[in-house]
Amino acid sequence: MKNAKTIAVAMSGGVDSSTVAAMLRAEGHNVIGLTMQLWNQRRLAGHEGMPETVTGRCCSLDDVYDARRVAEHIGIPYYVVNHEERFERDVVRPFVAEYLSGRTPIPCSLCNNHLKFDQLLVVAQQIGADCVATGHYARVEYDDARGRWLLKRPADRSKDQTYFLFGLTQEQLSRTLFPLGGMTKPEVRELARKQGLALAEKPDSQEICFVPGGDYKRFIDAYLAESGDALPDTAGELVTASGEVIGEHGGIHNFTVGQRKGLGVATGSPLYVIQINGADKQVVVGGDEHLYSRTLRARRVNLISVGELREPMRVSVKIRHRHEPAPAVLEKIATDEVLVTFDQPQRAITPGQAAVFFDDEIVVGGAWIA
Amino acid sequence: MLRIYLDNNATTPVLTEVLEAMRPYFGERFGNASSIHHHGQETRAAVERARDAVARLLGCRVAEVVFTSGGTEGDNLAIVGLTSAGDHVVTSSIEHHAVLLTCKHLEENGCEVTYVPVDGRGLVDPDDVRRALRSNTKLISIMMANNETGVLQPVEEIGKIAAEADVYFHTDAVQAAGKVPIDVKRIACDALSISGHKMHAPQGVGALYVRRGTHLQPLFFGGRHERSRRAGTENVPGIVGLGKAAELAMQGFEHSDDKKMSTLRDRLQRGILAQAEEAGVNGEGAQRVPNTSNIYFDHIEGEAMVISLDLKGLAVSTGAACSSGAIEPSHVLVAMGLRADRARASIRFSLGKQSTEEEVDIALALVPETVARLRELSPVYKRQAVSH
Repeated sequence: MKNAKTIAVAMSGGVDSSTVAAMLRAEGHNVIGLTMQLWNQRRLAGHEGMPETVTGRCCSLDDVYDARRVAEHIGIPYYVVNHEERFERDVVRPFVAEYLSGRTPIPCSLCNNHLKFDQLLVVAQQIGADCVATGHYARVEYDDARGRWLLKRPADRSKDQTYFLFGLTQEQLSRTLFPLGGMTKPEVRELARKQGLALAEKPDSQEICFVPGGDYKRFIDAYLAESGDALPDTAGELVTASGEVIGEHGGIHNFTVGQRKGLGVATGSPLYVIQINGADKQVVVGGDEHLYSRTLRARRVNLISVGELREPMRVSVKIRHRHEPAPAVLEKIATDEVLVTFDQPQRAITPGQAAVFFDDEIVVGGAWIA
Repeated sequence: MLRIYLDNNATTPVLTEVLEAMRPYFGERFGNASSIHHHGQETRAAVERARDAVARLLGCRVAEVVFTSGGTEGDNLAIVGLTSAGDHVVTSSIEHHAVLLTCKHLEENGCEVTYVPVDGRGLVDPDDVRRALRSNTKLISIMMANNETGVLQPVEEIGKIAAEADVYFHTDAVQAAGKVPIDVKRIACDALSISGHKMHAPQGVGALYVRRGTHLQPLFFGGRHERSRRAGTENVPGIVGLGKAAELAMQGFEHSDDKKMSTLRDRLQRGILAQAEEAGVNGEGAQRVPNTSNIYFDHIEGEAMVISLDLKGLAVSTGAACSSGAIEPSHVLVAMGLRADRARASIRFSLGKQSTEEEVDIALALVPETVARLRELSPVYKRQAVSH
C-alpha cells in the first residue's frame, strides 16, 4: 500500500476500538494496538461501601484480555502502557475535588485531554507512530479555507461523543483519526462481525469507568479513606431560593443541580436542587421553574474552528452530554471566559459540566461551566 | 523480521539438546514414575538421572533434591515449610516477589519479618543480616543473584552467620543457576531454589535443594512423591529437561562459557555506554552474573523504549517480567537508591547461551538510535539541552 501509515490504535477492549484496529489493518496500515492501564480496579475493592470483587469495566483484566485477543486475531503488535499515576493526578483527584466543592465533573473529558490525546499521543510518537486512532464517534478533518483542523459531529448522532472531545488542540487533532465518524453503531457491529471479532456483540460501557456501579459517593468515601484523608465535612443547610433554612444535608458532594431525589424534605410541590454554594456548603432548593436560566459563564475556553472570538457569535450550545444543542449567542467577556446567552432559558445548567459550542455540525469549541 | 532475544532473565529458549532429551517422555516413555511396571521403571530411571545431574550442579546429595514446578514453588516451599507462627524471618528488600510476597503472607500469619536494605550497588551487607537476628529468628532468605541487576549477594558470608546463629538459610538461586557455579556446601545453606526455564530447560519445572535432616513441612498433600516433600505425579519431561540443562551448564563451566558470556555482555554494555550519554550501569561496582546488564538512560521512559525496540525486533525488559504494566518503579532499583524517574528509565539486557556476537552488534546499532529518538521527544531532555 502506497500511503500506509504507522497508526497507534487506542484499544479499550470494546467493540468500537477493536473494529477501528481491524479496519485500519485491513486497509493495509501498520497498526500498533495500545491499551492504557489507567486505574487499578482492585485498589478500592473491599473498602467500606465498595464491592469485594472487581466489577468496574475500565482497565479490567477482562478488557485487556479482550483487546489482546483482538490484536492477536488481526495480527498486530499490542502493548499495555501504564498511566495510572497521571490518571489519578489529572482525572481522579480533580473528579473528587470537584464534587467536594459542589460541582458535577466530567472525568471523560479530563481523560481525553490529559491522557488519551496527550500521553497516548506522546507514547505513539515515541514508538514511531504517525498518529493515534480511537473508537470515538466524531469526525476530524482539515479545512483549507480556515487553515484549521475541525472537529465535527459524527454520522450516528445517537453516539455523538464530540461533547467529550471539545478540549482537543489543533496539534492533537492533526495527529488523530476517528475512523468511525462516518458509521452508525449497527454498521460498526456488522463490520466487527465481518472481521470475525469475537466481541462484536459485547455491550457498550455506560458508567464512569473507574466508579463501580456508578455510585460516585461511595467511590469518593473509599478513595479518601484509602488515601488516608478524612472526608471533609461538607454538610450544611438546605435553603430555599429566598434564603429560608428548611433543613440540613449530609454533604454537598451528594448533590447535583436538577436533582430531585434524596433531599430529605417533604413539601407539597416537587423540590429540586437549583444551586450548590460550595463556599458556605449550602444546597439551594426550589421549584422546577427555578432551574431555568438564559445565561451561563464558562472558563478555560478551548476554541477549535476559530482562532479567537472577536465578536459575538451565533452558535448552538450543549450543556451536558445528553442535551440537544440550543441556539445561543457566544461572546468573550474576559480572558479565558465566555458568556453564553440562550434564546430560550435552559434547564439545570450545572457548574463543572462543559458547555460545547456548535456551528451546525462543526464544533466551535467549549469551556467549563463556572 | 529478524528477532533478537536479550531478555533471558525472564525466560530462556529450550536448548535443542534439552528438547531432544525430553522428546521421548512426551511419547513412548509415558509411564508414571511411581508405577511398579516397566513403564514406571523407565521414567523413574529418567527422573533419578536428572536428579543426579541437578545434584552435581548444586554440589549436593541426590536425596537432597526436590523437584518442583519452578522457582516460585521452591521459594514458597522453603519459606513456608521452614517456619511457623511466632518465628522471625530475615530477608532483603530486593528479593523476587516469590520471596517477598511469601514473607508478607507469613507476616499475615503470625510471623515477623525484617527486610534488610541494600547499598547503592545493590548489595546486602552481611552485618545488617547479623544485626537483624533475634532470639526467635528461624530463617534467613537472601537471594544469590538479583534478577534485575544480576548482582551476586554475599551468600557465603550470610551462610556463616546463619550457621553460627543456628538459623535456617534459604537462598533463591533462580538467576544464578547455570550462570555461575553453585556449591551448597560453600554457601552453607539449608535450602536453595532453582528454576528450569531460566537455564534453558522448559517452563514449569524447578528444584529445591533441602539439606539432609532438615524438617520441611510440605505445601501439597497427597502421595509420597519426592520423599513426602512434594506430593504430585512428577513432571517427567520437564524434570528430564532440567537434568539435561544442568548437565549442559556443568559442561559450560568446564569450557569457560561463563567467561565468554561476560565478555559478550561487557562488549554490549561498553558499546551502549560509549554511544549514549547520561547512561550508566545499575549495580556497577558489584560482582554480577555474567549475562546481565541493567542500564539507565536518563530522560527516557523505559516502557516506550521496550516497545520501540520490540517493534524493531529486539526483546529487552524494564525489569522483572512480572512487573510489566505495573506502575511502581522497580522495587529493586528503588531499594538501591535510584530516583523513581531513573528507575523507570532503566532497561535490563540479559544474554543467553544462544546469544551471538552478531546479535550484540545489531543491538548496539538499535539501542543508541532509539535512546536518541526518545530523548528528542522528551520535554525534560529538551529543556535541559536548551539551558545548557
